[in-house]
Amino acid sequence: MARTEKTATKPKKQVKRSDAPVLGPVGMLRWIWTQLTSMSTALFLLLLLAIAAVPGSIFPQRRVNPEMVTEYLERNPASGPWLDRFQLFDVYSSAWFSAIYILLFISLIGCIIPRIRKHAKSLRTPPPRTPARLDRLPQYTKLEFDDAQGTVPAPQEVLQGTAKLLKRRGYRVQMRPDGADPSVAAERGYTREIGNLVFHISLVGVLASMGLGGAFGYGGQRVIVEGETFVNSLVSYDAFSPGTNFNPENLEPYSVTLDKFEILFDRESETHFGQPLDFTAHVTTRRGPQAEPQAEEIKVNHPLRINGADVYLVGNGYAPVITVRDGEGNVAFSGPVVSVPQDSVYTSMMVAKVPDATPDQLGFQGFLLPTAMLDENNFGISGDPNAINPQLHLNAYAGDLGIDNGVPQNVYVLDTENMTEINSRSLDAGGIILEAGQTYELPDGLGSITFDDLKRYIAVDINSDPGKLPIAIFSGLALLGLGVSLFTPRRRVWVKLTNGGGTGGIEFALLARGEDPRLENEARELRAIFERTWPVAQDDNEQGEVRGN
Amino acid sequence: MGISSLSGYNTSLAPINETLGVYSQLFMLLAAMVYMVAFIFYALDLAQTNKTIAAMDAAALENDHKVLATASATARPVMRRKGSRADNIGEHVVTDKMEYTSRTVRRNMARIAVVLSWLGVAVHGSAVVSRAVAANRVPWGNMYEFLTTGALVVAVVYMIALLVKDLRFMGSFIIGLVTLMLCAATIGFPTPVGHLVPALQSPWIVIHVSIAVLASALFSISFAMNVLQLLQHSRMNRLAAGKPDKLPFMRLVPGAGALENFAYRINTIAFVMWTFTLIAGAIWAEAAWGRYWGWDPKEVWTFVIWVVYAGYLHARATGGWTGPRSAWLSIIGYGCLIFNFTVVNIYFNGLHSYAGV
Ligand code: HEM
Repeated sequence: MARTEKTATKPKKQVKRSDAPVLGPVGMLRWIWTQLTSMSTALFLLLLLAIAAVPGSIFPQRRVNPEMVTEYLERNPASGPWLDRFQLFDVYSSAWFSAIYILLFISLIGCIIPRIRKHAKSLRTPPPRTPARLDRLPQYTKLEFDDAQGTVPAPQEVLQGTAKLLKRRGYRVQMRPDGADPSVAAERGYTREIGNLVFHISLVGVLASMGLGGAFGYGGQRVIVEGETFVNSLVSYDAFSPGTNFNPENLEPYSVTLDKFEILFDRESETHFGQPLDFTAHVTTRRGPQAEPQAEEIKVNHPLRINGADVYLVGNGYAPVITVRDGEGNVAFSGPVVSVPQDSVYTSMMVAKVPDATPDQLGFQGFLLPTAMLDENNFGISGDPNAINPQLHLNAYAGDLGIDNGVPQNVYVLDTENMTEINSRSLDAGGIILEAGQTYELPDGLGSITFDDLKRYIAVDINSDPGKLPIAIFSGLALLGLGVSLFTPRRRVWVKLTNGGGTGGIEFALLARGEDPRLENEARELRAIFERTWPVAQDDNEQGEVRGN
Repeated sequence: MGISSLSGYNTSLAPINETLGVYSQLFMLLAAMVYMVAFIFYALDLAQTNKTIAAMDAAALENDHKVLATASATARPVMRRKGSRADNIGEHVVTDKMEYTSRTVRRNMARIAVVLSWLGVAVHGSAVVSRAVAANRVPWGNMYEFLTTGALVVAVVYMIALLVKDLRFMGSFIIGLVTLMLCAATIGFPTPVGHLVPALQSPWIVIHVSIAVLASALFSISFAMNVLQLLQHSRMNRLAAGKPDKLPFMRLVPGAGALENFAYRINTIAFVMWTFTLIAGAIWAEAAWGRYWGWDPKEVWTFVIWVVYAGYLHARATGGWTGPRSAWLSIIGYGCLIFNFTVVNIYFNGLHSYAGV
């Protein structure tokens, strides 16, 4: 059937087109605008947005995890660059994803504005004219008045009373006392459209606030070892990404000192033994150079909120404190070295570079074992995440660290290309094994290394996002507007005097605008109210029955 | 030597009752079995009612033939008597309002099924509660718990709806789903009781996850209705085209339009809850990870589900998109929901991967 219809209408359309006046540029724009702001375009763009968001969960994303993207590109040399060309590793900032949501929001704004205008007008328009025959409407009731039930009121009184009752139930009411058919017209549910508009406007608000955060916010990372103080300034960050309009002058001069970091492990459960249960960073903060120090805590779900920035606990580990003396007996390095935990018992990889050592630069690479034990092959392993018997197992290298040639280096990777291994399991000198407090003399008088102390460190993300508060407000409004818009029924009620304006009784009918499963209930309740107010005849026959559709 | 980290032995979290945890798992199995039997009775009810209707059809047909015979004997045009068939059948099929009426015929199989379902809910409920007591926290911290608690919510929502509406025609569908969820939990993700990992220790787990589970339960019910709606729709089209009825048991199910409207109402409630889930998740993410939104796979899919259901709501307001098309959108949305819960939880690694798989 559909096919025959198509062939039948096709020629017609062509005729129409050639008849139609050619659209000028303005007409063309107007046509595009009408198309863009139509409901089916909104639907299409919404579904497109849903589809476009999916690849971001399949491919690693640079903004979330840049290392995984690099790894993916290495593992897929053929397809990787193509995916990259189509911005599949930057989906949510890609040209195509942006195009979809920008179009959607243009469509949304183009949709909202005329609807506001229209609704403002409808708020000032009285309910529509009373239908001539109420009994044609889906919910119709007729009530007879009866002297036996009380004094029958005057027609005018019935109209006024009805208007008042309906108003109390949230209807907007207009009395129509004149003419052959005196009636009251009422409508309720104007808030439905208001809720809907609030919802859609709030969506625009959320997007705009996100833009605000992107422009003026910033984010950075920093590792803080126990005893260290972080002072908020650009140079203090290990990594920093500013928003497009960020001004470093705006960084507030606060400071955070890590006094102590504690982890609580599960020691009771057999099945979850050793699972971390709680992380607490005890810190001392100063909200300005002159401010009093304050003792505070940072936990996983409890960031430190300080001067408009939020400090989040995102990682932790051990930082062995070592002292390295060089071949000439001078202290070439002394301090904590951040190690990277590799497993749940905190077997931690560490790299120490000592560029100031002479005559040769020194490098160390190996593991920290917080609770050192020997496995069946006599390899050192860690038996517990807590530092009960900490040991360093290191290889040592002498030579050129390759730091001075200007290429930025990863502090966690030792480039041994221009270095000679001087300590390792495979050499006669063996690997270095140090317990707390011990010193090891390097072979050939190249120096010594001492394991002084073991501290913990925390890794924190520090963010400032001025968009957060407005986003929270707009989201709340959106939720509220959505609820109002979905659950406020829009109804009309007309009440007429029967007997052509006398007070023989009243008849009323309800009409729903849109879906309204509770319309019948409302009819029943109105009837109950009228029966309580007027002397309605109590008869058992069909006359007064509420008739549903 | 300032090693300051030997303090890990005192525990400030309430202890775990592992014995009670084992009992809870046993109860969970028992509940699955009770549901399984309930499922069989719902299926028997469909089969039996179907047979009754078929028998009535045959009787009505015979009656029609008689009428036809007398009519042709008197050589008058035959007016199909209003009633013989349609009226009687009304007592066996569910009306479009899906209400119990005084005319609703007793369906014994269905009654047994409903009683068994309540029994299942009781056993299942005690299993979930004892799990919560054993762990001293809300029972939704890993896949096993999401599934078992989620299944309980689906069952309870359905049973409550059953009190006011005659939705027994969906029983095999819903209780079947619940049984499936319990089996998936006990077979696929058995997890002994344990503490929550630090990232989950937040009041938001109570709010965010419970509303998400409730919304998912509602989406499940509307999904079932939308599927029935599509079946009913295509069946009606076939009948209208004069083709034979391939799905006679669908006579027990209300009309496509009624199903569509009911599903829509449930979907609107679920959508508001899902919106809340999304917002609450963002607030929690802000506290836990330092950003309210980071396009983590789980966040991506929560967003996709939200957008698809927003599309569904729009479809209902767009000309030409009501009926089967909007039902399809609802079904796709539910597909995304299942995907988010299964594939994303298990195979996509992101910040949410601690779900205890
Ligand atoms: C950012 C994208 C959008 C989202 C997430 C969205 C979401 C929603 C939701 C959830 C509803 C249901 C609320 C209700 O029915 O009262 C709705 C309704 C509505 N939306 Fe949107 N919307 C978007 C864009 C648009 C656009 C671009 C238009 C205009 C073309 C539009 C027009 C409408 C209309 C007219 C309704 C009322 C439908 C009805 O009466 O059932 N929306 N929208």
